[in-house]
Amino acid sequence: MLFDYCRAGFALIHSQGHMKSPRNLNSALPPVAFLAFLLICWQIAASRQAFPILPGPVEVLGGIADLVRHGLLLKYVVASLFRVTWGFVSAAVLAIPMGLTIGWYRRSEMAVNPILQVLRPISPLAWIPLAILWFGVGDLSAMFLIFMGCFFPLLLTAIGAVQSTPDVYIEAGRNFGLSPAAFVYRVLYPAVVPKLIIGLRITLGIAWLVVVAAEMIAVNSGLGFLIVDARNAGNRYDLVVAGMVIIGIIGLLLDLGMRSLERVKSFRWGYSEA
Amino acid sequence: MGVVTTPPAIGTKLSVDHVHVVFKRDGKTISVLEDINLEVRSGEFICIVGPSGCGKSTLLNTMAGFLAPTSGSVNIDGEAVRGPDPRRILVFQERGVFPWLTVEENIGFGLFRLPRAEREQRIARYVELVRLQGFEKAYPSDLSGGMRQRVQVARALAVNPDVLFLDEPFGALDSITRLLMRGELLRIWEAERNTVIFVTHDIDEAVQLADRVVVMSSRPARIDRVTTIDIPHPRNISSPRYLELRDAIYEQIGLAYTL
Repeated sequence: MLFDYCRAGFALIHSQGHMKSPRNLNSALPPVAFLAFLLICWQIAASRQAFPILPGPVEVLGGIADLVRHGLLLKYVVASLFRVTWGFVSAAVLAIPMGLTIGWYRRSEMAVNPILQVLRPISPLAWIPLAILWFGVGDLSAMFLIFMGCFFPLLLTAIGAVQSTPDVYIEAGRNFGLSPAAFVYRVLYPAVVPKLIIGLRITLGIAWLVVVAAEMIAVNSGLGFLIVDARNAGNRYDLVVAGMVIIGIIGLLLDLGMRSLERVKSFRWGYSEA
Repeated sequence: MGVVTTPPAIGTKLSVDHVHVVFKRDGKTISVLEDINLEVRSGEFICIVGPSGCGKSTLLNTMAGFLAPTSGSVNIDGEAVRGPDPRRILVFQERGVFPWLTVEENIGFGLFRLPRAEREQRIARYVELVRLQGFEKAYPSDLSGGMRQRVQVARALAVNPDVLFLDEPFGALDSITRLLMRGELLRIWEAERNTVIFVTHDIDEAVQLADRVVVMSSRPARIDRVTTIDIPHPRNISSPRYLELRDAIYEQIGLAYTL
C-alpha cells in the first residue's frame, strides 16, 4: 500500500518535471529528522529520571503554552528586544562613525589603539556594579550593558574596515573630483559596508547574549528575568528551559535577518571575493 | 587656479621638468626617479616601458597628481599639477572599478554634475563605445577581467579628460584578451583623440600602440631613450620596420631577443 503510494508520488513528480521540490525536501529532511530524534531521546530520558533534574520537551512545551496563556511570552520577548534594540542601535550610531574617522586618520588610530586593547577584553558583565550605580536598577542599566557589549566590537570593525579598503577605490574616488562629503557617501561608505554588516551581525549576537544576563540582575521583565524568576518563584524548571528555547529561536531569527542583508546585490561583492 | 610657470611650447600638453622623487623608508632614502624630463604633445599616445619596479608607476602617479615630486614639476597646459583632477584620469591595472556599482553606475560615476538626461545619454554612448551593450545592469563580479577594464576605460573617458593615464591596464589579462583590448583601445583613441600615457612592461605592446616609446632604466629610474614609432595604424607587426624598432628597444633594455 505504502510503497504503491510512494511510487505513484514519484511518478507524478517525474511526469511534471518538478526536479527541484524533491531535492528541497531531501535537504530539509536530515536536520528535521535529527531534531525529532533528539527530542524523542530527550523525552525518553526525562521520563525515566528518578529525581527530576531536567524537564522533558512536553513539559517545556506546556511551559511555553502557560506563558502564552498569561500573555507573558509576547510581553517578555518585546521587553528583551526593546533593550537590545536601544543598546545595539545606540552603540552602532556612535561606534561606526567614530571607527570610520579613527580608521581614516592613521595617527588617531595609533593614539586610540592601546586604550581600546585594554577596554576590549573586559566582559560587559563586569560593568554591572557601575551600571547600577550610574543608572539604577532598571531598563537603562540593561541597555548600558548591551551598549558596552556592542560598542568595542563595532568600533574595531569600523576601524578595520576603513584600513582594509583598497587604495585603488580611494584613488579612483579622488580622481573624479568628489567633495569630501560625496567621497564618504559614494566611495568610503559603500566600500566598508560589507565588513560593517558582518560586524553588526556578530555584535547583535553579543547583544542578545548580554541582554539575558543583564535582565537577571537589573530588571523585572524580559526573557532573562523569566529564567531567574521561574527558578526563584517555585522552581518552575519547565519555564526556565522554555525561556532558553525562546532565546535560542529569537537569536536564530535575528541572525537570519542580518544575514539576509549579505545577499543584497550591491553588498554581495564583499563576500564572494574573500 | 594653478600658477602659470613657463609658457608651454606650441602643442605641448604635458611637460615633466627635472622631476626627482625620493622615498624615505626606515630612515633610508631611496631615489626612485632621477631628473625625468619629458614633453608630450596634445593627442599623442606615449608608452612608458621599463623593467618592473623601475618606477614607471611612480612617474605615472606623479604626472596624475597622486604623488608630489620631491623636486621638479609636472605641468599640464602650462599649469602645475597639484593633485588629482577629473581632467586627467588614471586607469588602474585591476580592481579599479567599484564593485558595488553596476556597469552603468560605474561609467556614470564622474558625471554627477550633469543633468540626468545628459548623464544617461553620455553613459549610453560610452557603453556602446566599449561594446558593453546588454551589460548595463551587471555588477563587476559578473564580468570577465577584460570587460571590467573596458568599464574602467569607459568611466575614465566619460568625463572627457584631456589626458588618460593607464597603469599596466591589460597586465592582469590573458594574452588573447590583451591583444583584443589593444585593438579596442586604439579604435577608441582614434575616435576620441585624448592624450594617452600608457605604462607597460610589455615592449611589444608599447611598439604596437605608441607614437613614441619612452624607455626607462632601473632604479633610480632615468629616461634612457625615446623612440618614435613611425608606422601608421593599423600596424603590421611582422613588418621589417616594426621588428627593427622593437628589437632596438629590447637591445636598449639589455635583453637578448633570442631565448
